Amino acid sequence: MKRVLTFSFIALMFLAGTLSGSEVEAAPQIEEIVDKANLAAYYAGDDGRSDVKMTITDGQGRTRNREFVMLRKDIKDGGEQMFYVYFEKPSDVRKMVYLVHKHIGRDDDRWMYLAKLDLVKRIAASDKRTSFVGSHFYYEDVSGRGVEEDRHELVEETDSHYVVKNTPKRPGEVEFSAYTVWIDKETFLPMKAEYLDKGGSKYREMEALKTEMIQGFPTVTKSQMRDLRSGGDTVSEFNNSKYNIGLEQDIFSERYLRRPPRVVRR
Amino acid sequence: MAFLGLILLNPITAVGGGVDELQATLSDKYRTDLIGFVETRAGARLQDDPYQKDASLGEVRLQVDLNSDLDFGVLKLKSDLLGDLVTEEAIVELRELNLLFFPHDMIDVKVGRQVLTWGTGDLLFVNDLFPKDWESFFIGRDVEYLKAPSDALKTSVFMDLFNLDLIYVPRFNGSEYIDGSRISYWNGLLGRTAGRDFIFVDDERNKAFEEDEVHARLNKNVGGLELDGYGYYGYWKTPEGVKPAGPKLFYPGLAVIGASARNSIWGGIGNLEIGYYDSYEDRKGTDPLVRNSEIRFLAGFVRELARNFTGGFQYYLEYMQDYDEYEQTADPATAKDEYRHVTTVRLTRLLMNQTLTLSLFAYYSPSDEDGYLRPKFHYKVTDRLAVDGGINWFFGAEDHTFFGQFEDASNIYAGIRWNY
Repeated sequence: MKRVLTFSFIALMFLAGTLSGSEVEAAPQIEEIVDKANLAAYYAGDDGRSDVKMTITDGQGRTRNREFVMLRKDIKDGGEQMFYVYFEKPSDVRKMVYLVHKHIGRDDDRWMYLAKLDLVKRIAASDKRTSFVGSHFYYEDVSGRGVEEDRHELVEETDSHYVVKNTPKRPGEVEFSAYTVWIDKETFLPMKAEYLDKGGSKYREMEALKTEMIQGFPTVTKSQMRDLRSGGDTVSEFNNSKYNIGLEQDIFSERYLRRPPRVVRR
Repeated sequence: MAFLGLILLNPITAVGGGVDELQATLSDKYRTDLIGFVETRAGARLQDDPYQKDASLGEVRLQVDLNSDLDFGVLKLKSDLLGDLVTEEAIVELRELNLLFFPHDMIDVKVGRQVLTWGTGDLLFVNDLFPKDWESFFIGRDVEYLKAPSDALKTSVFMDLFNLDLIYVPRFNGSEYIDGSRISYWNGLLGRTAGRDFIFVDDERNKAFEEDEVHARLNKNVGGLELDGYGYYGYWKTPEGVKPAGPKLFYPGLAVIGASARNSIWGGIGNLEIGYYDSYEDRKGTDPLVRNSEIRFLAGFVRELARNFTGGFQYYLEYMQDYDEYEQTADPATAKDEYRHVTTVRLTRLLMNQTLTLSLFAYYSPSDEDGYLRPKFHYKVTDRLAVDGGINWFFGAEDHTFFGQFEDASNIYAGIRWNY
């Protein structure tokens, strides 16, 4: 508790220091870019469905696969969202379901359903920067990092990209010191991200390998996260992506944890 | 139903290595998922038990799990073929055979053999009165086997105000309790530990529609706060009564009413649960051969302590009603306490891209001065192959307390599993 208070105090000092700086003027434009990127990457349509295949390669070159169906429903654009993840592979986690009610400004609610025990387990979700299902993507990479959690700075504008540097407001809660995102000027999709560790060296890198236009929404259909320290990486492929399919909100409840809805079956 | 023929062929095909093709065919042609595993496990006692074999576990198991997507619902079959080297028998264990269907937008029905779970405890149960298999749990089988199946009709109704689950079990399903056949226990009649020299027999309650169980749950999620109310009318799940003739154990009547709450709090998850156990065949507590009524209470908290490291703590209480009456007939040397306190700790550490899990679950009762430690590892060598191992370590100051009685059953085990 004491630690948390200390961090908050440092963060406050930080904020107070920066508000008086020259960034105040640039703020509206950069905030607009960041908001648009957040909406493009995580809030396309009112809801969506995707078949996801992850190929996880460790530093020794050994690979593992994860296949799952992901459903998303936005309660409010840029705000609360719900995610439903139904695992298909590997077979020892088949029919396992992972449910998230994403909140802004407080911890998400997360549940997991273990079919073999018929057990609905509530998961402690304070740290969003842990590996998602053993991959190199973090929970936060999958469901989005709150825009308000970082200070944003437009460091460069190229012909095709806005280059935005993000510095955490509460550095004690995360493992990075800053990360830089290359945002496509046309689609506002984040095409590349580089994470710097506390010592300032690059250790983690995300790249969008393929984008497609789906129902008018620019969509990343293949992306890679590299861990530069271990040499491992995860490639995510998104297939059969669909938007605005009319998902009911009750799909994201205990009923459908215990009994997957038709939309995730076949 | 054409896939039934294929089920029979499956073990043979599996050995032949054509599982992937079989899975693809079933999936494409019959909309049926086939998964399962083959595993072998072995375990040995850490000390001598004069009443038991040295081997606590030795088995080969094949599990076949089929889900068939019908237009109106889902048909599920899950069965184990078990070769048990300790009991020297080969058995088919039907874990699940049920049909799930949706007669109305608001109603789900599951009928047949199924595994059922509710309540908020972690390896402690207050309002979950579904059958358990403690023997499997104590000897180091996968935790899946702690839950024994019920032959039941489950109806769930989903309404705006709350959800209702109603479960009817026409013929009582008791828990697999420790009867002495594999694990020695404290025998109150003999006044000593007993094992295979005194395997308890019980009077099964098997009159269908007469010796039945009803379970009910009301459930409501208020912005993340999960509130549940529970009810049960049936029998104690373990034989908590003794009939002097035989002597034989029996399952006295039991009614339970309870409630629970669970929410995120203090950066983790907190839960509270309470249940009143009405042992209605001995409401006054005067019958020494039937367990008294009880109040059971549980409070728990779990949170991440560091990245990939989670810690959980629980406090559990069993408060015996009519203790004065109990004391009048109980042997003072081995009498239970009025309050039985149990605490648990769970520590889980994920390593190597979450392929290696190290965990410890510990029970400790300050009132009984006994406990049970479950250190464990599980390593996923590949997506298909996993190895695991651990220790079940029981200790206690006395031979007659809940965990203390199993001291001689402390064991070490390991397993290897191939998932398909």
